[in-house]
Amino acid sequence: MVVVQLFYLHLSLITMWIRLYFMLQIHFVLLISRQGKVRLTKWYSPYSQKERSKVIRELSGMILSRGPKLCNFVEWRGFKVVYKRYASLYFCMCINQEDNELEVLEVIHHYVEILDRYFGSVCELDLIFNFHKAYYILDEVLIAGELQESSKKTVARLVATQDSLVDAAKEEANSISNIIAQATK
Amino acid sequence: MSGGGGPSLMDSLFQRTLDDLIKGIRLHLPGAPQSSFISKSLDEIRREIKSTDLQTKSTALQKLTYLHSLHGIDMSWAAFHAVELTSSPSFLHKKTGYLAASLSFRPSTDVLLLLTNQLRKDLSSTNQHEVSLALECLSVICTPDFARDLTPDIFVLLTSSKSFIRKKSIACLLMVFSQYPDAVRVCFKRLVENLESGDSAQTLAATVSVFCELASKEPRSYLPLAPEFYRILVESRNNWVLIKVLKIFAQLAKLEPRLAKKVVEPICDHIKRSEAKSLVFECVRTIVSSFHEYEFAVKLAVAKIREFLLDSDLNLRYLGLQGLLLVAPNHLWAVLENKEVVIKSLSDVDRNIKLEALRLVMSMVSDDNVVEICRVLIGYALKSDPEFCNEILRSILSTCSRNVYEIIIDFDWYVSLLAEMARIPHCQNGEEIEYQLIDIGMRVKDVRPELVRVGRGLLIDPALLGNPFIHRILSAAAWVSGEYVQFSRNPFEIMEALLQPRTNLLPPSIRSVYIHSTFKVLSFCLHSFLFPKKEVNSLLSDNDIEPGFTYSESEQEFTETDQATSSSAFQKRDTFTQESIDNVLTLVITSLTPLVENHDVEIQERVRNVLGLAQLAQKDISSHHDQKEKMVDKMDLKVSIIIRLINDALSEDFGPIPFNAQERVPIPDGLVLEENLSKLDSICADVPLPKSESFSLLKPINLPTDGDSISNQHNEEESETSAAESMSLLAEHRKKHGLFYLSSNDNKNASSSFPPANDPSQRDNDMEDLVKLTEESLVLKRKPNLSRPRPVVVKLDEGDRLPIIVKKTDENDDLISGAVRDVLLGNETSLHSNNPSGRRKGKTSSKDKVENSETSNSSKRRSKHRNHGNNVDKKEEISEKSKQKSGGRHRARRRADGDIDVAVQKPVIPDFLL
Repeated sequence: MVVVQLFYLHLSLITMWIRLYFMLQIHFVLLISRQGKVRLTKWYSPYSQKERSKVIRELSGMILSRGPKLCNFVEWRGFKVVYKRYASLYFCMCINQEDNELEVLEVIHHYVEILDRYFGSVCELDLIFNFHKAYYILDEVLIAGELQESSKKTVARLVATQDSLVDAAKEEANSISNIIAQATK
Repeated sequence: MSGGGGPSLMDSLFQRTLDDLIKGIRLHLPGAPQSSFISKSLDEIRREIKSTDLQTKSTALQKLTYLHSLHGIDMSWAAFHAVELTSSPSFLHKKTGYLAASLSFRPSTDVLLLLTNQLRKDLSSTNQHEVSLALECLSVICTPDFARDLTPDIFVLLTSSKSFIRKKSIACLLMVFSQYPDAVRVCFKRLVENLESGDSAQTLAATVSVFCELASKEPRSYLPLAPEFYRILVESRNNWVLIKVLKIFAQLAKLEPRLAKKVVEPICDHIKRSEAKSLVFECVRTIVSSFHEYEFAVKLAVAKIREFLLDSDLNLRYLGLQGLLLVAPNHLWAVLENKEVVIKSLSDVDRNIKLEALRLVMSMVSDDNVVEICRVLIGYALKSDPEFCNEILRSILSTCSRNVYEIIIDFDWYVSLLAEMARIPHCQNGEEIEYQLIDIGMRVKDVRPELVRVGRGLLIDPALLGNPFIHRILSAAAWVSGEYVQFSRNPFEIMEALLQPRTNLLPPSIRSVYIHSTFKVLSFCLHSFLFPKKEVNSLLSDNDIEPGFTYSESEQEFTETDQATSSSAFQKRDTFTQESIDNVLTLVITSLTPLVENHDVEIQERVRNVLGLAQLAQKDISSHHDQKEKMVDKMDLKVSIIIRLINDALSEDFGPIPFNAQERVPIPDGLVLEENLSKLDSICADVPLPKSESFSLLKPINLPTDGDSISNQHNEEESETSAAESMSLLAEHRKKHGLFYLSSNDNKNASSSFPPANDPSQRDNDMEDLVKLTEESLVLKRKPNLSRPRPVVVKLDEGDRLPIIVKKTDENDDLISGAVRDVLLGNETSLHSNNPSGRRKGKTSSKDKVENSETSNSSKRRSKHRNHGNNVDKKEEISEKSKQKSGGRHRARRRADGDIDVAVQKPVIPDFLL
């Protein structure tokens, strides 16, 4: 009896959760390597740390086991996950049932092209060692789970400007006078 | 001085960089070595992050962010350091700080409020990249507090001259609105202006997607903006924007049918013209889901769907099937046109496509064609891989049992289908089949003889006992055979099946069901033997007897000449002879005696019950037998009295249990159900769904019986008590189907008119079959076969097993839409125009700007004030609702509100439509 009651309460909690956060188009972005290693995670809907690792486990199991040349959509817990494999990496985005899968596939491709342009034929290692840059680029492509910039050129320009700002800051930090100032503080 | 500097310098010079950390992790093998390396690095990070040198701190935080986002390491303890870094003058540090914040902060993070000031400062920064960082962070971690405090700053950014900033602030608005609906009052006007100005494609895209998400929640408020969306639909060439606008129209058209007429044309144009599949698919989806009454549009959409279905790209095929699924409810012809493709898809390489095709086939099922479709599907199930096979079985089971077996007319067929499924090698739906067998037994009286026949078939097959997947089904078969043993042609045979040696392969819980059924069968046999005539004959309905059935199976002692479907239609004298009863008793005693020592307490107890009865009966009957020719006294034996009592006790029918029966159980004192719900998620994650409570020994709560074919007195009493409820049901049913009994039909005819569920000889031409059948059943819509009326299915008035979930749209929403309406209203009154959004293009003179900034200040103040007022209003409304009385002032205000609402929505639309 208690179990049944608990179950219904649990259900109502889930629906409440969906009602609160259904407003986003893309709920999260995952990059998973072919070996099941996570390369990037970005969560636009709130998930606790425990849920996050559960989601990653479930999805990587589901997606990595799918053969090549199958369709790029899987249904998962009432959502749809659109994924596409580029080289050894799977790019996955989770959307609502009624959202446009092909559009999201284009968003993924868009992101990959920008990465490719930025790193110069991007490979997994680039993303491993520059994970923060992958995030910054993603942030220029998507905001609040929506596509914000459909021009690759603009994104490239913005990221380049930010890089130059960062480099300037770095130079300043590494200048000898700064180190001396630190040491003698 | 130097003492403080020393370690800091050392730290910054010899600190591991992010690269070092990543290389280190890659060097160590996954598992223990790697996690020990990570925890060592974490210790370093903990030390470094406390450094006064911002560079050291920043690197430490970056490393921590890496570990957090890719290895799931907790970093909530470093929240303060992230906040600290966001306030650094260096862009690098700020960026690192914001990244850490946006990836790790939760609404519960305690230092969240410390970030407010920094966000405000950065939002008004002159460096657009700093503004962008703050906006991005805010869009992820927005809380009601942030939203409230920062709304004015975002309001200012909405008119920023840089479209880069403007689009981000617009996207951010969505989060702000959802957290703090009052922000709508402040910002909505500027949002609408951004929609109208359209000077930058990106801004427009952001604005439209905000409206799209808002409209998906509560479309009514955005009807007045329809002209703007229409303009975008016609003019825009950006596919992303168009897709969003289509989604908005799909919502709006449900509310305003006239809108559809106007919009359908441009959508069709897009379908014809566009190259982008995503846009075409969105158009198709919009048409089939929202504009399905426009024949030409649907035709065009279906043609596109067909293109998709025939494409070599699996994605398009999948979407084509989905589109077809959306068309199916209103335009079955579309499915029919594409039936070959759909059926071919059932054997596609991709499981997802197979599933969609299966759904499509199931959506075609009706009471006319369920028999044929199930037959074909079972054929497919046998050919497919185990996983998909079970998927097929599951969908058959759930479709057929929907709304208390709504589409099933011939239950005899369905029961034999269930048995057929049980024999499919990969079947893993034992639980559901078990549930349905028992459920049907309890609900549908007429099917019980067939149920017992099917149950016998399952029980006597010793091979089935070796397959653990169908143990649950065997348990149902055993229960059915015991409970409805009076319909059995040969109880002795069932007894043998229940006691066969291979039953030791069953798990104890199911074995005890077997033994309990043995008990029922035994008491039935004894009862029939001891009370051979009077009672039996009084209940025997003559026309139920079917002639000419002979047994010549394992038990040669009993040859039956007559067999009947009704309860006690045996020729008891022939069947239950002294000898046969002796044999049964011996069989029971010899097979069960070893189990007395069984370690399972349930089995042990039941075995003792059965043995007790059997031994008593054996003693009494044999001693009675010794004194021959005293048959009259048989009734007075001790065992007779006991058997009569037991039989009476067992003969009461079980009824279905209502879904809410649980609620009627009083909650014991001291049990607090609502306590400690915080841990609910973790508890429930591991609890399996309590699916079928196989069969419960609760008394039937509400059982309308129909008076026919009742095998015992109890039911008659009961039928009287529930006569009132059943009368209407029965009367209706009789009116429909005339005499409800079919017993004049003989069994063989009946079974031949419905082919077996899974006939191997017919499997080869499945595809043609299904194609043909879809044609027949979908086009002709032939009448159900009236020669076999549907038997009564007992339904409960309140709460049955499958309360069909009706999705309720949350109309009573919603702070946001309320606010939107207010804003639109305010707009209208101020502009005295029918179009509330007001065409104010080109009105961006400097004077206007000054005005705007003034209004921003005042509106800020006003919003606070209004917020306060709102709360009061709400309270008042609640009290009004509960008490149904209020002062004249309140009522007047409410009425005014209502009037205004009407004024906002009504006059606006026709203007656009005409």
